[in-house]
Amino acid sequence: MSTLSICNLHASIGDKPILRGLTLEIPKGQVHAIMGKNGSGKSTLAKVMAGHPDYTVNSGDVLLDGESILGMEPDQRARLGLFLAFQYPMEIPGVTIANFIRAAVQSRLPQGEELEATDYYAEIYSKMDALSIPRSFTSRSVNEGFSGGEKKRCEILQMAMLQPKYAVLDETDSGLDIDALKIVSSGVNSLRGPEVGMLVITHYQRLLDYIVPDKVHVMAEGQIVLSGEKDLALKLESEGYDWVTAS
Amino acid sequence: MKTDIQSQIEADRSVGDFRYDIDYAYDAGVGLSEATIDYICDVKKDPQWVRAFRKEAYRKFLAMPMPTHWATKDLENIVFENIRYYLSQGQAPKRTWEEVPEDVKRTFERLGIPEQERKFLAGVEAQFDSEAAYSNIKAAVGEQGVIFVGSAEGLKDHPEIFKKWFGKVIPTGDNKFSALNSAAFSGGSFIYVPPGVKVSHPLQAYFRINAQNFGQFERTLIIADEGAEVTYMEGCTAPKFETATLHSAVVELVALKGAKIQYITVQNWSSNVFNLVTKRGLAHEDAEIKWIDCNIGSRLTMKYPGVIMKGRRARGEVVSIALAGDGQHQDTGAKMVHAADETTSNIISKSISLGSGRSTYRGMVHIPKHLKKCKNNTECDALLINAQSRTDTYPAITVRGQGHSVQHEASVSQINAEQIFYMQQRGLSEAAAMSLAVNGFVNDLVQQFPMEYSVELKRLIDLEMEGSVG
Repeated sequence: MSTLSICNLHASIGDKPILRGLTLEIPKGQVHAIMGKNGSGKSTLAKVMAGHPDYTVNSGDVLLDGESILGMEPDQRARLGLFLAFQYPMEIPGVTIANFIRAAVQSRLPQGEELEATDYYAEIYSKMDALSIPRSFTSRSVNEGFSGGEKKRCEILQMAMLQPKYAVLDETDSGLDIDALKIVSSGVNSLRGPEVGMLVITHYQRLLDYIVPDKVHVMAEGQIVLSGEKDLALKLESEGYDWVTAS
Repeated sequence: MKTDIQSQIEADRSVGDFRYDIDYAYDAGVGLSEATIDYICDVKKDPQWVRAFRKEAYRKFLAMPMPTHWATKDLENIVFENIRYYLSQGQAPKRTWEEVPEDVKRTFERLGIPEQERKFLAGVEAQFDSEAAYSNIKAAVGEQGVIFVGSAEGLKDHPEIFKKWFGKVIPTGDNKFSALNSAAFSGGSFIYVPPGVKVSHPLQAYFRINAQNFGQFERTLIIADEGAEVTYMEGCTAPKFETATLHSAVVELVALKGAKIQYITVQNWSSNVFNLVTKRGLAHEDAEIKWIDCNIGSRLTMKYPGVIMKGRRARGEVVSIALAGDGQHQDTGAKMVHAADETTSNIISKSISLGSGRSTYRGMVHIPKHLKKCKNNTECDALLINAQSRTDTYPAITVRGQGHSVQHEASVSQINAEQIFYMQQRGLSEAAAMSLAVNGFVNDLVQQFPMEYSVELKRLIDLEMEGSVG
């Protein structure tokens, strides 16, 4: 039951089918990676799971610990424990990181319960220290004027604060130089544990040198076409994707 | 079944939407005529010059057309004959809350006024329909020579100061509604701050409309003598009625040499109020006048606070936030008249339109040819929430002569669906996400408000946003 299960999922944008019967299971405590060419539907999978309004689910299901989440609003899914680290995190002018994350944490509390400000700041500061994020960060507007590395670190900070059951990291390596990649990866690794399942979506094997997955899946034309152990990523790196789809 | 939060929100939203029945001792009846004006003069025991001033204003009001050649045709829906122009329980405001009649007192208690007074205000005037029910100033402030009374007391007890400035910043015939106010005015504040006195806490007025088909015409005159400083705040509410209510104030500020006046408005009128207000300040040499104006609610608001910079190096500023909810029209802006060298004006306006709401910015900046080294900066930003929301901008900047510096920036933005999705993915409901984005949009301006008011403003924005998503 402690799994994020995607069962024969078909989804489209407009009339265009993108996911064509995708099945995947991520048990809690494991890190799975999805690799695939551009256009294979990787980012669509992330958005469909999170409930992006542009996509239509035609059939199939997504179960979070046995409960179907497809009928839920994006915020309900989030509060249930699904987190998406965005490939392109949005800017929210005038809203500080501190206030944004605080509102997100507050949204998870029972009605009528107020988040204690001192506890909240103690927690966010300790998580920021662990991620090597300077404390002055809290008073900056969300993602506004951030470098690529800052945006991704901010995503990981949010993940650390919200403690999801399942986290989907969509192309977290894109736009990062090698130093930023190391920092972000070590942040992700520090959040690994028996209580969280992770799905790492990436185009390049490089990220998986730092976030070592338990399983690797290859996606093509909206389906998982091959699954294997972590050395599958290395093979994809050296031989490309064509042999997978050809076989 | 309603959750606690739901009922709490409903109670909050209707914070000003309640009304107790009141027996009015003085009622001018319905409609405006010379006889109505005589009635008002008689009960207020106006001196002869005020009676003449009112009558003259009434003639101007009748003669002036509705400004519908540039303003909205909705003005034609005001039926002046159906309005009641004067309602009160008496003309003398009480100095303690204990003396205020019970039914009026509980209205202000419910609005939290006595509590705010204890906490952070230097003085309070609480107007109920046509007259102030309560007016008091903290002893320490009074001892510095600061005068803070109702306009009627001001004109009777301090005629030498009052008469010198009354109607001088805003002439009676400035516009049809300033003429109407001049004819029917009642209530409002008169403040005089002696030279060099800096009033450390704000003085506050609260304007409450309680009666249906009523017109509230308060008249405020604030004079800061040389080097003096004062902050004045006003709040406004009315219950929801089926029929239209009119609020048409005139506010005149005079900052003498080196004085500073800050005037803060947070209005939350119910959606049937026509709010047509004329506000202007006169800044002498090295003086500074700043209007912080926050318009929420009303059916139609037309308000363009202005500063005439009459002395060298005078400064004028308007910081304005307008939120036009569904079916509402906020037509706001600023007027900056440079009339001396090296004068500086700054206008920052942010508007938010929700649902079918419409916000209009009108800004007038005037720098004539003979002046030197004047500066103006204008920024106006509009945020549209829904597809049918509307915003219009009418900047009118006239700059003649050499060596002036003028800057104008305008932007229109929309809350984008990806931003909302991003915030929802973090667990915020759609309404909470909208509300956070809107608060972010006005955040830099809200920080200029005193803390108590910025909290109130945030709460009002949250409530508007709660109602705006289905």
